[in-house]
Amino acid sequence: MTMIFGIPIQALMGQLLVGLINGSFYALLSLGLAVIFGLLRVINFAHGAQYMMGAFVALLLLTQTGIGYWPALLIAPLIVGLFGALIERTMLSRLYKLDHLYGLLFTFGLALTLEGTFRWFFGSSGQPYAPPAALTGAVNLGFMFLPIYRGWVVVASLAVCIGVWLLIEKTKLGSYLRAATENPTLVQSFGINVPLLLTFTYGLGAALAGFAGVLAAPVYQVSPLMGSNLIIVVFAVVVVGGMGSILGAIVTGYMLGIAEGLTKVFYPEASNIVIFVIMAIVLILRPAGLFGKDA
Amino acid sequence: MARDTSHADEPVAARPMAGAVKIALLLAAAGLLIAAPFFLYPIFLMKLLCFALFAAAFNLLLGYTGLLSFGHATFFGGSAYFTAHAVKVWGWPPEFGILLGVAGAAALGLVMGAIAIRRQGIYFAMITLALSQMFFFFCLQAGFTHGEDGIQSVPRGHLFGVIDLSQTTNMYFFVLAVFALGMLVIWRFVNSPFGMILKAIRENEARAISLGYSVAEYKLGAFVMSAALAGLAGGVKALVFQFATLTDVTWQMSGEVILMTLLGGIGTLVGPVVGAGLVVTLQNYLATSDFPVTIITGLVFMACVLVFRRGIVGEFYASRLGRALGFTSER
Repeated sequence: MTMIFGIPIQALMGQLLVGLINGSFYALLSLGLAVIFGLLRVINFAHGAQYMMGAFVALLLLTQTGIGYWPALLIAPLIVGLFGALIERTMLSRLYKLDHLYGLLFTFGLALTLEGTFRWFFGSSGQPYAPPAALTGAVNLGFMFLPIYRGWVVVASLAVCIGVWLLIEKTKLGSYLRAATENPTLVQSFGINVPLLLTFTYGLGAALAGFAGVLAAPVYQVSPLMGSNLIIVVFAVVVVGGMGSILGAIVTGYMLGIAEGLTKVFYPEASNIVIFVIMAIVLILRPAGLFGKDA
Repeated sequence: MARDTSHADEPVAARPMAGAVKIALLLAAAGLLIAAPFFLYPIFLMKLLCFALFAAAFNLLLGYTGLLSFGHATFFGGSAYFTAHAVKVWGWPPEFGILLGVAGAAALGLVMGAIAIRRQGIYFAMITLALSQMFFFFCLQAGFTHGEDGIQSVPRGHLFGVIDLSQTTNMYFFVLAVFALGMLVIWRFVNSPFGMILKAIRENEARAISLGYSVAEYKLGAFVMSAALAGLAGGVKALVFQFATLTDVTWQMSGEVILMTLLGGIGTLVGPVVGAGLVVTLQNYLATSDFPVTIITGLVFMACVLVFRRGIVGEFYASRLGRALGFTSER
């Protein structure tokens, strides 16, 4: 058996893959948080609940209407995004002129309400969601077996991350978003509907969370609490990366996922806390975060 | 948030009434609390007092320093573990067990505060949340906390070697005394020169710096103080319920104490007490039904933030009646 640092290569690669998968979800979720924070200056605590909603919508589409994985990958984010837009338009938008902490507290309350509601209807236990037929099975890479669905998760999240990055950096709509981040009043005076832009942005962020949820449904169990612990890790990811840059959020997400996977190999007891430890170290050495500009 | 000056046109003579009204209310509250265990379930009352002190300690930070900590469960639950372990395993008397809890919570507060005050506002909240989640995982894995089981059947012992705390009435008055002491400390702290500087930092941090105050040290001081008092509440709670569990170190607990403070009134002395009373009572009512309490908690949270930001006590202070009685609303 091939060994690296006294660890069988299969175990190392297996945990690296797990790390990469977790990193994919960290990247998708922290990307959504960064997009929302960039424009709205709101930390979306409900992001984990929206991720959970995405998974549940996919599950319900399957069990209630028979709609499968591929359409759900499109429909579920759309539903979660529209729901997010509705919340933003009716409630969240009233809080922009206040201290940013109120946005955090409001979305915290929203997260509690959503999780409680899903728990009331569906119970706390997890429900399985089978991966689509085209993505079941595994391929032999020579040094390890790669379950095809896991490979798909990494590819899909990478594609969406790059897509969103291109949308914001390279398109007309993205330039409006970036301009509105710099100076909303000026952008509005050019005749651009900034409130609508804000609604769209929150909807987009929520839809990203919903997409991550559908992607996660076959990997983890679909349960009302699947998002609540994840979101705290993602917060730590966001603190490490710094809220300033979209690319920073993506890169940090993958990096920390892999760091977590490696910790599972070398020192399993610390794997739950390694991201928080990295966060504390980064804060001591570089308070603005790795990619952040604002101190 | 500027001071509300809309009462400036009222006759000055109406204001001194505030002192008399406050003393009357204080005496009424004291009377109620002393009589309460003879009419209501004492364990429920003790739980209420512990959470009231916890929320008041938390408010020291949010209300008077303007720092939103999302990790106060660490101090509350951490102290509960320390006290329970000292009393049960080491056989310490209850007063020393609680003191150890307070010291442990203060030490945790020093570490968490030192890291978290490096960032402000929203980042501060996220960092405290992440660090307290780290402490949760520590408690989950550490040996002395007994993981999912928690530390169970903690003896209450004899206070100062004489007073038998296993008697419910004795325990109640001990909790009441600790609560009163804690509130006195908070009141004294808020009205001290230190507290005034904290309020200055809350109102305008840049100006406080330009006046020569080392803001970071004051923030850290407030953080440790708040952590220690939260620890006091947690240690006493461990003795009341005779166990310490993971529930008290979860982020849900940190969220609960924010809700209590927000609902009662941020930056008022009695607000957190009122908020804690309401939340604990609500939980008590819903405990037997299978309706998840988080739905109500979440909705109340959203409603408070949207339309009710001053909280119950804050709204009362700002109302016509409150102003007529001579209260001033601070925020």
